[in-house]
Amino acid sequence: MRRLLRTPAGLAGTVLVTAMVVLAVAGPPIWGAEAERIDSASILQGATAAHPLGTDNLGRDILARVLVAGRLSLTLALLATLVGATAGVLLGALPSVLPRRGARLVTGSVNALVAFPGLLLAMFTAVIAGLGARGAVIGIGTAVAPGFARLTQTLAASVAGADYVSAARMLGVSRWRVMTRHVLPNIAEPLILNFTQALGGALLALAGMSFLGLGVQPPSFDWGRLLFDGFGRIYATPAVALGPAAAIALAGIGFNLLGDALAHAAARRTAPPGTDAEPGAPRPVALGEPDPDAVLEVRDLTVAFPGGVTPVRGLSLTIAPGEIVGLVGESGSGKSLTAAAIGGLVPYPGEVRAGRLRLCGADVRELPEAERRRLLGTSLAMVFQNPMAALNPALKVGGQLAEVAVVHQGASRAEAAARAVDRLDHVRVPEPATRARQHPHELSGGMRQRAVIAMGLMGAPRLIVADEPTTALDVTVQREILRLLREVTAETGAATLFISHDIAVVGELCHRVVVMYAGRVVEELPVGELASGAAHPYTRALVASLPDMETDRSLPLASIPGRQPPPAEVPDGCAFAARCELATARCAAERPPLIPYGTARRVACWEV
Amino acid sequence: MIIKNLTVRFGAFTAVDDVTLEIPDGAIVGLVGESGSGKSTLARAVSGLVPYSGAVEGVDRRGVQMVFQDPLTSLDPRMTVGASVAEGLRLPRAARQAEVERLLSLVSLPVSLAGRYSRELSGGQRQRVAIARALGARPTLLVADEITSALDVSVQGAVLNLIRALREEFGLTMLFISHNLAVVRYVSDVVAVMHRGRLVETGPAERVVAAPAHDYTRSLLEAVPRLGRGRPAPEVTS
Repeated sequence: MRRLLRTPAGLAGTVLVTAMVVLAVAGPPIWGAEAERIDSASILQGATAAHPLGTDNLGRDILARVLVAGRLSLTLALLATLVGATAGVLLGALPSVLPRRGARLVTGSVNALVAFPGLLLAMFTAVIAGLGARGAVIGIGTAVAPGFARLTQTLAASVAGADYVSAARMLGVSRWRVMTRHVLPNIAEPLILNFTQALGGALLALAGMSFLGLGVQPPSFDWGRLLFDGFGRIYATPAVALGPAAAIALAGIGFNLLGDALAHAAARRTAPPGTDAEPGAPRPVALGEPDPDAVLEVRDLTVAFPGGVTPVRGLSLTIAPGEIVGLVGESGSGKSLTAAAIGGLVPYPGEVRAGRLRLCGADVRELPEAERRRLLGTSLAMVFQNPMAALNPALKVGGQLAEVAVVHQGASRAEAAARAVDRLDHVRVPEPATRARQHPHELSGGMRQRAVIAMGLMGAPRLIVADEPTTALDVTVQREILRLLREVTAETGAATLFISHDIAVVGELCHRVVVMYAGRVVEELPVGELASGAAHPYTRALVASLPDMETDRSLPLASIPGRQPPPAEVPDGCAFAARCELATARCAAERPPLIPYGTARRVACWEV
Repeated sequence: MIIKNLTVRFGAFTAVDDVTLEIPDGAIVGLVGESGSGKSTLARAVSGLVPYSGAVEGVDRRGVQMVFQDPLTSLDPRMTVGASVAEGLRLPRAARQAEVERLLSLVSLPVSLAGRYSRELSGGQRQRVAIARALGARPTLLVADEITSALDVSVQGAVLNLIRALREEFGLTMLFISHNLAVVRYVSDVVAVMHRGRLVETGPAERVVAAPAHDYTRSLLEAVPRLGRGRPAPEVTS
């Protein structure tokens, strides 16, 4: 509710609708007598001090009549929308409950009705149902219904495919019960939003019907009727027509604004919860001298989102040429946002702060825009989990690869195309010339991922960032892609950052492993130590809980109790303390720093 | 129970091609294969969710229950844990509460979770709720389709342990489907390998892993990533 009032549109809509409701309740008792009082001394007046909106042909005050007519106008609009929504939701829900043939008939009828102009449908029905308020309500209801039916059908179809509906069907729950228990509650929200918007539309449509003489008949009156009565005199005494017109416009605007604002508020409700507290200012840390040999050097990287959500917290990472570093962590550990921050791809409103973010010896943030784009465009190759998302489905594979060379290296079209085919061949895409002329959807998943890697090889990559590049692939294809990454790293001398949730894959491919938990690095170790020499309790538990081909089947698997704290609720002490067997009071109170431990490794733990 | 000559066609495409597979009472049969091998379609056919030709003998329709890959989408977000678990129970209202509590403790969840919504639970807890819901229908066969694929490694172990405990304590019969051979090997008594809609190999878990008979099984085994294979970085000389 507070969010609703925060936007000007939401505020205006709420105020207008509230005013209309108050008017509908209080209008008739207060101004009812005045609106009906016939005064033969002052008929057909324009705006005067006594009658600000003038009088009608019986001398009745139009301002009072407009204020009183609010109740009838709003009630009729509400009735019409209720009739339409009820009929529509029933029609829309029927196909999910009826047997197949009946369902088709209903769907077909709804489709035909949707194609029919609403106002024509309304007038047609109103004429058949009889002139007057009842006819108009039924008419508008009929016009509103097909829209609701279509919306219900579409929403219900999407819910009907959900696993929980399948589960309910297997448990023997009847179709009707599935509809009322699972489908309708889950589509109620958009339907209610649509109802508010339809209400505004119905109000306008009813006024239109009354204005055309199809709606409310004298002696009853609504805004449309008043507008009809005053319209003949609009050139002589404009106030008599403008008053009702303004009332209709305000009510229509009010309901539409409120409907829009409600829809916006509902859409945003999925935003992560949290306080609006600013994350603490970055502490000045001793950065030391930049490492001249490192391809990538990140110091104290923090990625924060509004609401105190800080998925990456003070991460430091260095990668040497020819080295493959595995960044491993569970979902929500911040590993993918680390990759996004390095590539400058953190989505709005995320904020990236770092003490140092050096790529190929230059701090990315200090470069002028054009140079930064060129550096990232030619020296950085990114490979994502879903190669389909990295390739434009509308363009041919070869053309997309060639674009890199044209934009960043100034190659001609022909040179670039030849290079694209060469690169595809290099990553062992069979028949590269043919594949280059195909669209991404014509390639298999593994082939697409090869094409994305080839795209990275169009330049001379110094850093390859691969974010879960094999997660969507089958194991046999995964093996080939891992081999390809290893070869590419060796031959280009690039540094590779390989991000994965799968510690076994990291253990197989990488030279060095960095383990993340709740936004921080908890351990950094050479890959040879991973299987049996890890020091941090989290790394050890992670390794122990992974079944492999030699796991003793007679023993239960290890698992870690509890869950990783979400990015907005990371505690001050060690984030793993609540799940750790070794935790002491100190762990909960004070965060262990990441310090050297033995040779070539670092650990953040008080208890090792 | 036994699946006999089961075939599923989608138009001209044959997703499952003449599969015959025996699932002995009280055993866990692991079904492994890559994407597009037809293993999930076979699961949905056995569960009565897609039409098929052939026969599933030794079990009636309501006797099969399925647990899905993503526990978040397999639980209705508008229903409490207790209501979800109670859904399949054919019991008078008074007895339901006690049965829900029994089922929750069966999957080692605290009874206090019954009033919570699934979004408030962790992935592992959600998957246990889905298992409890399926157990409520007292299934003759439980079909588990990639039930640990959406879970983090640290909670996967607890779910796999639960599956094994259910078999040992209650003699639950299960068809356990996964693309992860290490996981299938760990929980199953019998391993069946599917490739392009056909069953290429079936046998006791240890035998299939130690001495695969089919080439495809062999290549699948070789592709399993192993923790210990990584090597330190080569010295860079520039």
